[in-house]
Amino acid sequence: MPSLPDMGTPDVMALARAAADAQPHPHDPHVADLALRPAFFDWLCRMGDNALILGHRLSEWCGHGPALEEDIALANTALDLIGHAQLWLGLAAEVEGQGRSADDLAFLRDTLKFRNVKLVELPNGDMAVTLVRQFLFDAWAFGMLKGLATSTSPRVAGIAAKALKEVSYHLERSSDLVVRLGDGTGESHARMQDALDRLWPYAGELFAADAVDEAVAAAGIAPALADLKPDWQRIVDEVLAEATLTRPEVRFDVHLGGKQGRHTEHLGYILAPMQFLQRAYPGASW
Amino acid sequence: MQAVPPSTAQVWDWLAEVPDPEIPVVSVTDLGIIRDVRWQDGTLVVAVTPTYSGCPATAVIDLAIEETLRARGIEHLRLERRLSPPWTTDWVTQAGREKLRAYGIAPPIDGTASDGGTAARAARLSGRSNLAVACPRCGSGATERVSQFGSTPCKASYRCTDCLEPFDYFKCH
Repeated sequence: MPSLPDMGTPDVMALARAAADAQPHPHDPHVADLALRPAFFDWLCRMGDNALILGHRLSEWCGHGPALEEDIALANTALDLIGHAQLWLGLAAEVEGQGRSADDLAFLRDTLKFRNVKLVELPNGDMAVTLVRQFLFDAWAFGMLKGLATSTSPRVAGIAAKALKEVSYHLERSSDLVVRLGDGTGESHARMQDALDRLWPYAGELFAADAVDEAVAAAGIAPALADLKPDWQRIVDEVLAEATLTRPEVRFDVHLGGKQGRHTEHLGYILAPMQFLQRAYPGASW
Repeated sequence: MQAVPPSTAQVWDWLAEVPDPEIPVVSVTDLGIIRDVRWQDGTLVVAVTPTYSGCPATAVIDLAIEETLRARGIEHLRLERRLSPPWTTDWVTQAGREKLRAYGIAPPIDGTASDGGTAARAARLSGRSNLAVACPRCGSGATERVSQFGSTPCKASYRCTDCLEPFDYFKCH
């Protein structure tokens, strides 16, 4: 049986939580809007869960990267994304108003309650799969966060402005590597094309709007997903062309449902180790 | 309780002695992450902004600030997390930049933050640095980027092709 951590050390996480709670928030009419609450909460969980699950996936590379620099870069990207997840899920918990915290949402929800797209929960595969998945997501997140910077919700705009600085850097890195490996050796090119062919049918879920997306768009909180598509397409086409990769001819919106809680079998295998400690030792902290 | 509460100027001086846990040669005021110090109804309020969203040093920095100010006799203290406007390396002070350089970390070059754009990719992929990052050891401008990330989220890995020394560059953010 694993032993509990030393409880005598300073509780820095509790201190950080207290500081975050003490944040003086700008007035945000949407946070207390009861009619909008279910959709706003769900949408914030989608933003948070995309960042959390992709961040967790990337963290699985820690200690396994093909080169030290790549290992470190993936871990740092994971760290940024988990930071974004804390911000989005923290606001989600506040909007929900049930006394839950970002940690509660991350560690105590079951698969059916997770709202991330299926793309981000797919296994890491080789570096090609990891990098193509990252690039397709980064290009979407970049446009989304840019749009959110002018959100009618000052809280959402504040988180987006912070996250955009980091995601811009992620996009620069993932698109550089897609070009480097796509236009690399025969082996790296073949692997990148194979990864693209496999992941492409998952990318469309990022743009598949449902009633939740429409409600937050109508409230001016988030851009309409369809409006993000032209810029995404342009970035993807530009980078793929430079990488000598071929955009698949098949539809890109085949694997849907993650945003509504219908996930692949892979999500449960992420949550099991991620949630183990809080499930086994409720409330444990260090 | 002190009879006369210390001035905010005094508190800023104390905060200038709180080191960053990752790069202890610079203080939290050198980094520009202290956004406000004020007295509010007898409580000292210090507003701190995170450098990177997921930077694990954030909680340790809060603890160090708290310990320092309590040791100076501040009894009623509240730390605020301030997210907006987001931290930028433009706020790293001139003194802070000199301390970074002397420590072996090239300081950020203002105005070069990533915009997600693709314009400079050719230079990056050619192996040449697209930034004129000077080697903090020998001052040479002949440097190349080894990796977009270094030992912490705020740094990238570089190498000097003159003195051959590898070094960290504090990214413009």
